[in-house]
Amino acid sequence: MSTWHLINAGLLGFMVAVAIAVAALRNLFAAVMLFAIYSLSAATLFVALDAVDVAFTEAAVGAGISSILMLATLAATDGREKQHRHRRALPLVLCLALAVVLFAGLHDLAPVGDPAAPAHVHVAPRYLSETATEVGVPNVVTAVLASYRGYDTLGEAVVIFTAGLGVTALLGGHFRRRRSGKNGDV
Amino acid sequence: MSEHPIVRAGAKLLVPCILLFALYVQFHGDFGPGGGFQAGAIFGAGCILYGLVFGVDALARVVAPRLVQQVAAAGVLLFALVGVAALLGGGTYLDYDALLPDPIAGQHLGILLIELGVGATVSAVMLGLFFSFTRG
Repeated sequence: MSTWHLINAGLLGFMVAVAIAVAALRNLFAAVMLFAIYSLSAATLFVALDAVDVAFTEAAVGAGISSILMLATLAATDGREKQHRHRRALPLVLCLALAVVLFAGLHDLAPVGDPAAPAHVHVAPRYLSETATEVGVPNVVTAVLASYRGYDTLGEAVVIFTAGLGVTALLGGHFRRRRSGKNGDV
Repeated sequence: MSEHPIVRAGAKLLVPCILLFALYVQFHGDFGPGGGFQAGAIFGAGCILYGLVFGVDALARVVAPRLVQQVAAAGVLLFALVGVAALLGGGTYLDYDALLPDPIAGQHLGILLIELGVGATVSAVMLGLFFSFTRG
């Protein structure tokens, strides 16, 4: 076992422990903090896998924005989870069944870093060899996201915009307040 | 949180650095890890930290909630218009080669503009979510 295996195994084990702690905790403030730690461990794992851009996104969105939004929600609600009295057998069975399916699917995944993996023999070699002459930016990830896969990124921007629109339409806080304030003035 | 002096002083020191770092991530994404999405998230997080410490109303005086929604739409519009500009330049949609006479310069300009659009949309949507959650 190499050092990388040990680091990956340690990080994954830590993430499993944090996930179990999140499920067991009743104090939601602590659960939010553990979620942030979970995201940060995931970001570290991505760094260990050489996916620095993904790690960056995970740290900014998972550990940063998500935690802030969950804290804002906690500030507007109660900091403790309600006690549930329903049976827990069905969720447990469903989770175990999903775990079995996922582990069965693991066998079809190519090993990490396998040069013959389908993802590495399709368009990736062309992107890697032609980015310098076709796009001319040193970061191939940016070249793929912004140029080669521009449509996908446009779609992502639209998805984010639509999600923000949906939340504003559902909660609509500042617009409602603005209008009621105006009516109050009149 | 506004009554804690350490939190206030820490936030005052951190917020400018966070916003500057977001701009670095935005414009250095061609050369290192980063890009519009990460920069938008970091910029939004910096503004939200200001709002958490000094109050949502203080944040609303800096970035107006109405402006946030317009910026979110303008970012997507900028991205889509770059595609239209490429069409007008004689290329296919979002083919940045057609933006400028020199294809490489066109690629650089196109990537800069669409990353700007993505960053504007992401940071504005993050701020819009925060406003919706806290002022509802």
